[in-house]
Amino acid sequence: MTLMTSAGRVPEVFGAARVDGDRPRPLLEVDQVTKVYPSEPPVTALRGVSFTVARGELVGFVGPSGSGKTTLLHLMGTLDRPSSGHVRVTGLDVEQLSDRELAALRATRIGFVFQQFFLAEHQSVLDNVADGLLYAGVPQAERRARALDALSMVGLEGRPHARPNQLSGGQRQRVAIARALVGSPAIVFADEPTGNLDQATGQAILGLFEDLHDLGVTIVVITHDRDIAARLGRRIEMLDGQIVFDSADKAAVSPMPAPRAHSSGKDHRP
Amino acid sequence: MTDTATLEVRKLRPSDLGRLSTVGLRTRKLRAGLSALGIAIGVAAIVAVLGLSSSASAGLLNEISSLGTNLLVVQNGQTRFGQTAELPKAAPAMIARINPVTSVEETGSVTGNAYRSPLIPTIDTNALSIATSSLGLLHTVGTTVAQGSYLNAATAREPVAVLGAAAAQRLGIDRVFPGERIWADNMWFYVAGILKPAVLAPAVDSSVLVGFPAAEHYLGFDGHPTTIYVRAQSGHVDAVDNLLGATANPQNPNEVDVSQPSAALVAQADAQGAFDDLFLGLGAVALLVGAVGVANIMIISVLERRSEIGLRRALGATKGHIRVQFLAEAVLLALLGGAFGVGIGVLATAVYASSRHELVVIPVLAWAGGIGAAILIGAVAGLWPALRAARMSPTQALWSM
Ligand SMILES: Nc1ncnc2c1ncn2[C@@H]1O[C@H](COP(=O)(O)OP(=O)(O)OP(=O)(O)O)[C@@H](O)[C@H]1O
Ligand SMILES: [Mg+2]
Repeated sequence: MTLMTSAGRVPEVFGAARVDGDRPRPLLEVDQVTKVYPSEPPVTALRGVSFTVARGELVGFVGPSGSGKTTLLHLMGTLDRPSSGHVRVTGLDVEQLSDRELAALRATRIGFVFQQFFLAEHQSVLDNVADGLLYAGVPQAERRARALDALSMVGLEGRPHARPNQLSGGQRQRVAIARALVGSPAIVFADEPTGNLDQATGQAILGLFEDLHDLGVTIVVITHDRDIAARLGRRIEMLDGQIVFDSADKAAVSPMPAPRAHSSGKDHRP
Repeated sequence: MTDTATLEVRKLRPSDLGRLSTVGLRTRKLRAGLSALGIAIGVAAIVAVLGLSSSASAGLLNEISSLGTNLLVVQNGQTRFGQTAELPKAAPAMIARINPVTSVEETGSVTGNAYRSPLIPTIDTNALSIATSSLGLLHTVGTTVAQGSYLNAATAREPVAVLGAAAAQRLGIDRVFPGERIWADNMWFYVAGILKPAVLAPAVDSSVLVGFPAAEHYLGFDGHPTTIYVRAQSGHVDAVDNLLGATANPQNPNEVDVSQPSAALVAQADAQGAFDDLFLGLGAVALLVGAVGVANIMIISVLERRSEIGLRRALGATKGHIRVQFLAEAVLLALLGGAFGVGIGVLATAVYASSRHELVVIPVLAWAGGIGAAILIGAVAGLWPALRAARMSPTQALWSM
């Protein structure tokens, strides 16, 4: 795979690096974040979570069901606001942005991948990917051209006119990943991207994330498959709304059983 | 370097909004079609009712305008004491002197009735009135001879009669043959001809017409005109109308009735074309039902498409983007129903009107109003569901999938 696209362009900076003085500012900052759902009784899904993600990192979140992973992903992706604490994406504090500005932020700087793919069955693969730029004000012809580039990054450049229902699960998730990448976002969030896939296909999707990581894409992946998490460059473990382990923290010791040996191969393609 | 300036919300391009508005229709064709049906039926009913009534009156209005709208009719009115007034014998000549008057013809009623034969008892109500008629009458009232010939200078002196179209029908005479005669006030009159219907002058239609000299000689006619038909230059009709009373009877202008038959007929044609309130009402009810149908389908659609809404919000859609998408979808749905309804309404009008040999007229109000009403209904019916879709928070929309 190469960064050179079919149009002969190099996709722009994945991860508009924000420089703060001399030190590069983290792409994502989560600072003492709590989230309380005002249900009856109220549910505290996150309790004082703090970490940062630097440009170009591939981070895996693991943890049991109900530990707050999706809640955290929604907060990081600006789909929701924290009850307290701060979330900063590309240096912008979510608290200080209006709903409209957050939408524009998502349109231009954030990509999402979901467990259920969320592809439109009545549209071609190409148009599904092109829709990733729909709300960024890009004209349709350019959206399609860039969608072809994105499809080539996930290895699906050969089938732009297929319908999603003609594709396998792994291929569908690749389409969804291409849609997340098409706007060259600063960061991509994936919530259980392999949850609906079998083991081998899941490994292949993970291989794709590793390839994208090598290209400089910043990616945050949620999974509760610890084997998968073990392969990621950085692993953060969650339990009961708190971070209990961060592999980037040199002193940290995982409270969970040690993961199996890191597999070095990156050629996981179906 | 916190550049919020670059966080600018982009409007959807019209082409993109157009494409988005068809998502629901394309993915659920049958359901979309059925929900648009109510609006289609309502619009079709309204277009057909308006079209049929316009088509019915258009024929009559055309005929009236071809006969000319510049005919004025002067008649003897009543005296202050309630008796029938008389028009002066000189009235037609006086009227002819008014400048914009182009022709003046007269009829005078004769006491006595006409029958098919002397054997019919005089109390028979089917008796027809006899009227004298000037020689240029036909052109002025806008009719022609259907059979035989009209009175001329020679036959106007003889016991010769010409039958108005309705009069001929009532006498049972549909053909003119040599020697044919009718019994008019105790003597035989030979029938010279039968007239075509005189739409603007129903009195002529139902009369047996004889010449002035003959009436004076055989029927004891006193020579006073009872009806004077006046044609004026168009554009001066009202001015002439105002002068006629005083000109016809300078002594007693109040005893003269002046009328414009075409005006009365136009009003009548309009009344004939009056919309059928019942069907219009049914159409309105169908539209209302259609509106409820569209609202219902849109609400269901919003609930079903939660994950689509969530995805769009994740892709960067604002509440406004979601709102306008669903609103456009409702308007499109209603518009399709409306367009289909107009088509059906026009077709129904065309089939019915041409089967009755009427002109096919679809008033602009009908089809433009139908389309406009559909758009409005779509907007109103789609507003609440669209607001609901927009109000859904992104996490709420993505949750529970
Ligand atoms: N909208 C909500 N209202 C109330 N409670 C919620 C809501 N969303 C999540 N929760 C609760 O918050 C807690 C964390 O949920 P979350 O979905 O973040 O967990 P998760 O780690 O993603 O779990 P899973 O692995 O099953 O996806 C759970 O107890 C959940 O029931
Ligand atoms: Mg989850």
